[in-house]
Amino acid sequence: MNYTTIVNNQTIPVSAIPEMGYEEFIDLNTGFLTDSPEKHCVNYFGYPFGSRVKLICCIADDSTHQIQVSSCTVKSDDQLDSFTARNFNFEKFEREIHENFGVAYKNHPWLKPVRYAKNRFDKSQTIANYPFFAIESDELHEVGVGPIHAGIIEPGHFRFICNGEQILHLEIQLGYQHRGIEQQFLEKKKLLQRTTLAESIAGDTVVGHTTAFSHVWESLCGIKASHDMEYARTIALELERMAVHTGDLSAVCTDIAYQLGSSVFGRLRTPIINFMQEWGGNRLSKGLIRPGRNQFPFTPELAHRLAEILDIYEPDFLEMNEQLFQLPSALSRFERTGVVSYEDVLSIGTVGMAARMSGLNRDVRSSHPFSLYSELNHEPIIKHHGDVYSRVQIRRQEVRQSMQYIRNLIANVPEISGNEPVLGSLNPNSFTLSLVEGWRGEICHCAITDGQGELALYKVKDPSFHNWLALALAVRNNEISDFPICNKSFNLSYAGHDL
Amino acid sequence: MFDNVKIVYHQGKQFIPNTATAKIPGIFRGRPVISSEKVNETELVDLCPVEAISVQPVSIDLGKCTFCGECAKRFPNKIRFTTDYKISTNERDRLIVKEGDENLIEVNPETVRNEIRRIFGRSLKLRQVCAGGDNSCEMELNAANNVQFDMSRYGIEFVASPRHADGIVITGPITENMADALQICYDAVPEPKIIVLVGTDAISGGIHAGSSALDRSFPDKYPVDLYIPGNPAHPLTIINGLLDLTRKRKI
Repeated sequence: MNYTTIVNNQTIPVSAIPEMGYEEFIDLNTGFLTDSPEKHCVNYFGYPFGSRVKLICCIADDSTHQIQVSSCTVKSDDQLDSFTARNFNFEKFEREIHENFGVAYKNHPWLKPVRYAKNRFDKSQTIANYPFFAIESDELHEVGVGPIHAGIIEPGHFRFICNGEQILHLEIQLGYQHRGIEQQFLEKKKLLQRTTLAESIAGDTVVGHTTAFSHVWESLCGIKASHDMEYARTIALELERMAVHTGDLSAVCTDIAYQLGSSVFGRLRTPIINFMQEWGGNRLSKGLIRPGRNQFPFTPELAHRLAEILDIYEPDFLEMNEQLFQLPSALSRFERTGVVSYEDVLSIGTVGMAARMSGLNRDVRSSHPFSLYSELNHEPIIKHHGDVYSRVQIRRQEVRQSMQYIRNLIANVPEISGNEPVLGSLNPNSFTLSLVEGWRGEICHCAITDGQGELALYKVKDPSFHNWLALALAVRNNEISDFPICNKSFNLSYAGHDL
Repeated sequence: MFDNVKIVYHQGKQFIPNTATAKIPGIFRGRPVISSEKVNETELVDLCPVEAISVQPVSIDLGKCTFCGECAKRFPNKIRFTTDYKISTNERDRLIVKEGDENLIEVNPETVRNEIRRIFGRSLKLRQVCAGGDNSCEMELNAANNVQFDMSRYGIEFVASPRHADGIVITGPITENMADALQICYDAVPEPKIIVLVGTDAISGGIHAGSSALDRSFPDKYPVDLYIPGNPAHPLTIINGLLDLTRKRKI
C-alpha cells in the first residue's frame, strides 16, 4: 500500500508516511477523488526538507472515517504536473505550495498568489501588484472594492467585472491580514503562547481553532483529554455556532434593510456570548480552552444558568424566524440569489455550511467525530438549492440543533475528574492531524515534530481557505447589489485565510 | 403589522440605561489589582505569554496583556482581575498597573488636545481600519452599536468614508500587507483628526509582537489619542473610553 491510513487526532511517526515518486503521488491522490463525493482533500502542504520540499497530502474518506496520508519530495525548481488540472479540489493548495516554495506547475490554470506570506519564495511579488483577471471590452466595466470596506469588517479586495448591473466575474484578493501565524507557532516556544496564537487565528472561531490545537497538542504528547474537558469543549463549540449564526442572521437582515430582524437577532446573540463571559471571563471564549486542562470547569450552576438563558432565547428566536421566513420581501431577496450548484461545490471541494447548502454532506461532527460528537449521533442539516435561502435556513436550523445538543449535554453535568494529565514533551519525528467542525466548517490543523520533539511545522487550514471561491462563483450573473447578502450569508474569515 | 408589534413588545427593554455604571455579570477580566505579597517573581514573569509582567515593582502592562488570566490563576493572592471595565486612557504609561496600585485607569484631561473636546464633544464620526485584527475587536466595535450598548445615542458613530470621519480606529497588530492602506485611509481623513487603538493587538502587537510580518511604524509615527485595551476590548470599555476622551464631563 502506498499510503497510510489514520483517524482524526491520531499521531504517527513521520517515517510511517509512505514516500513515492511524483508520478505515483499525483495518480494516487487525484485517483482517490475521482467519482467519490465522500472523499476530499483536507490538507496538502509542503515543508522544507533539507534542500528539498516535502509534500504531504491528506485525503479524508467520510464514509470510512479515515484519512489517507501520502508524501513525496520535490525540488523547488522542479516543473511539475499539476493536481489541479485533474481535480479543482487541489487548486488553492498548489497555489500555496507555489507561493511558499517556488515549485512551478506546468498546467495549473490559475497559479496566482494566495496571501503574500512574509516568507514567500518570490519577494518581488507584492500585494500592490496582484495580477487581476481582466476582460477587454467596451461593454464591460470593473468595480474595485477594498481592502477597507464600508463597515467594521476585515480587509480584502474584491474586483468585479460587470455587464451593467450584472456581475460576470468576481476575483477576491486576500493577504492583508497575514500575521505570520504558522511561523509564529514555531518561533514562540511556550505552550501558553501557542495556545494564545490558536485563539487569535480567527476571533469568531476561537473555540473551533483552540480545540483543534488542543487535540493536536494532546495527541503529540500521547495523552487523551478527560471526559469533562471534551464535554466543556463540545458545549463551547455549539454555543459558538449558535452565537455566530444568530449574529449572521442579523447581518443578513441588515443587508436586505429589514430593521426589525437586524435588531432582534443582533440582540439575541448577546445573551449567548455574555454566557461565555460568565463561564470563562471573555465574551468570545478567549482563555477558555486549554490543552490538557479544564481551565473553567462546567459546573451544575452554569448548567442551570445556561438552561435559563436558552429558555428565554428560544421563543424570541423562533418568533423572529417565523416572521422573517414568511415575509415576501425577504424571501424574494433570499431565493435563487447567489446559487452554487452541487457540481461546483463538489468540484472545488467546499466544506461545512458551504457544502451542505448544495446537497453535499460534509460535516466533521458525523464523518470524523471528535470530542463528544460520537455520542451525540449528529445528523448534518443538508439543503439543496445552494442559494442565500439555503444558507440562511441552515443557520436557522443549526441554531435549533445546537440548542438541542446543549440541552441534552447539560442535563447530565459530569464530575470534574480534577487529575489533569501532565503534558510532557512532544513525541519526536511525529505527524498529527486534527479535524474540528467549527461553525463555518472543517478546521484542519497539522503538526510535525523534529528529532528533538520540537515543532518543525504547524499548518492551519480554516474552512474559508476552500470556501472563498464558492462566494466568487455564487455572485456570477447576480446583480452587484446582491453581493452584500451573498457575502454575509457565507461570512467567511479573512484572518483565518491569511494567517 | 400586529405580529411586528408583538415581536417588538416581546423584546422588552434591551438598552443599557447607563453605560458608565452598568455591572458585568459573572467573571470578567478587567483592571487588575496587584497585592504586595511576595511570590516567585521569576516564575511570574516567565508565565506571561506576552512579556506584559515586569518586576521591582511587579506591574502588568495592559497594552501588552492578553487578559488570559493565567497569572491570576497561578498566583491568586498576588494578582486579581476586577470587573472594572473602564481601562481606556490617552497616556500609554497609565496602562501599566503597579503593585499596590488601586487607582482607576482614566483619561488625563490635562493632556487631551484642546480641539478634541471643543470640536468632537457632541459628535464624533469614526472610520475603523482593521489591520490584521482577528475579527474579535471588530465584532465588539459592532456590538457597541447594537440595541443594547447603543453608542450612537452619544453621537458617536462609524462612517464608511474617511472623508466623513473625525478620526480612525485601528484594530489588529498592523500587518505589513495592510500598512499602505492604513496610511492612505489616515491621510484621507480631514484635520483635526484623532487616532484610537482598540485591543491589545493594536496597542503593542499583542501575541503577534515581534512577528516579521508586521509593520508597526504607523503608531510610532503619529501621536495616539486613545488606547482601549482588551482582547478583545469590551463594548463598555470602548464606549466609556471614547466618552471620557471627548466629553467635558467630570471623569
